[in-house]
Amino acid sequence: MDVLNIVSGVFIIVGSLSIIVGLLGVYRMPDFFTRLHAASIIDTLGAMLILFGLIMHQGLSMISLKLFLILVFILITTPTAAHALAKSALHGNLKPVTDDDCS
Amino acid sequence: MSKYDIFFHKISLIISLAVLWIMLSGHYTPLLLSLGLLSVLIVAFISSRMNLIIFDQPILQLYFIKFIPYGFWLIIQILRSNIDVCRRILNPKLPINPQLVKVKSTQTSNLAKVIYANSITLTPGTISIDLDGSEIEVHSLSEKGVDELKTGTMDKKITDAEANPYV
Amino acid sequence: MFEIPAFIILFAMMLALVSAIIGRTVYDKILAVNIFGTVTVLFITLFGFLNKRPDFLDIALVYALINFISTIAILKFFEYGDISKGSTKKEEADI
Repeated sequence: MDVLNIVSGVFIIVGSLSIIVGLLGVYRMPDFFTRLHAASIIDTLGAMLILFGLIMHQGLSMISLKLFLILVFILITTPTAAHALAKSALHGNLKPVTDDDCS
Repeated sequence: MSKYDIFFHKISLIISLAVLWIMLSGHYTPLLLSLGLLSVLIVAFISSRMNLIIFDQPILQLYFIKFIPYGFWLIIQILRSNIDVCRRILNPKLPINPQLVKVKSTQTSNLAKVIYANSITLTPGTISIDLDGSEIEVHSLSEKGVDELKTGTMDKKITDAEANPYV
Repeated sequence: MFEIPAFIILFAMMLALVSAIIGRTVYDKILAVNIFGTVTVLFITLFGFLNKRPDFLDIALVYALINFISTIAILKFFEYGDISKGSTKKEEADI
């Protein structure tokens, strides 16, 4: 039982550190479209690791079912929002930098 | 789409919403159950008024079971490309070369195309921007993501899951 | 055990708000608010476990859905100048 607690704690801490890495990427990236890639780290790796760690800590119950539902909703809605953002940014005359412009 | 199909869609929408409501609420008194039924009916009425039902979804909402093996494969791909993008961000020289490419999709139904575009976006490093007909415009962070998309493994897996009628 | 990740996530929420303030274009700001919403969902979930009150999970579930809808609504407002305007053309129907 203790081993499971330690593993879930490691999962949660790695997940929260990956959120920090994603935000660092948002600060470092040169333009909007590359910032979207950094933001998708937060939505996938951060959410998956933290919620999976909590499920592991909780065991099988009604609460872990709700945690799983939160994970499913996040994994369905965030790529849709990212696609809508990218599409309306491209229609709003925001040109992505390509290989020639940066380094 | 015939009138019978639309009726069937409404019934299956109501049933799945009711199952979700019962799963999320832990109370089974008659007052709360009737309030839940009322909210389910209101949501079904609003979504039929917004023309959300004529989307060519499959009649049975249990269709998603076919995509579960694909989901496990997708999670592994997501973890792999997450590690790649994290290493690029933490590298002090920021080795990125963003590019726009077009990728072919061989799916036939709209739902499978949406699943393909969403799983491209869900994988960090690639974002689907536009979808018209059988071509998806993809913005990629580096040429590594483009190479993995061009091999067509993800496309083939979704087409197989779509075409196979028995799981 | 949940205190350290809760503090890290609070710090991440602060970073997301700062990036929403200093973002150059509208889309950068919307992206930062979207990130803030996702991080807030995770924080509410952790907070429920921290206080041993699993009722917070329902709030997190609702917050995740509202976050998505608000992003779509703001994008639609910037694209068409109106939230209630329906999309008549076929190619505009998929935002």
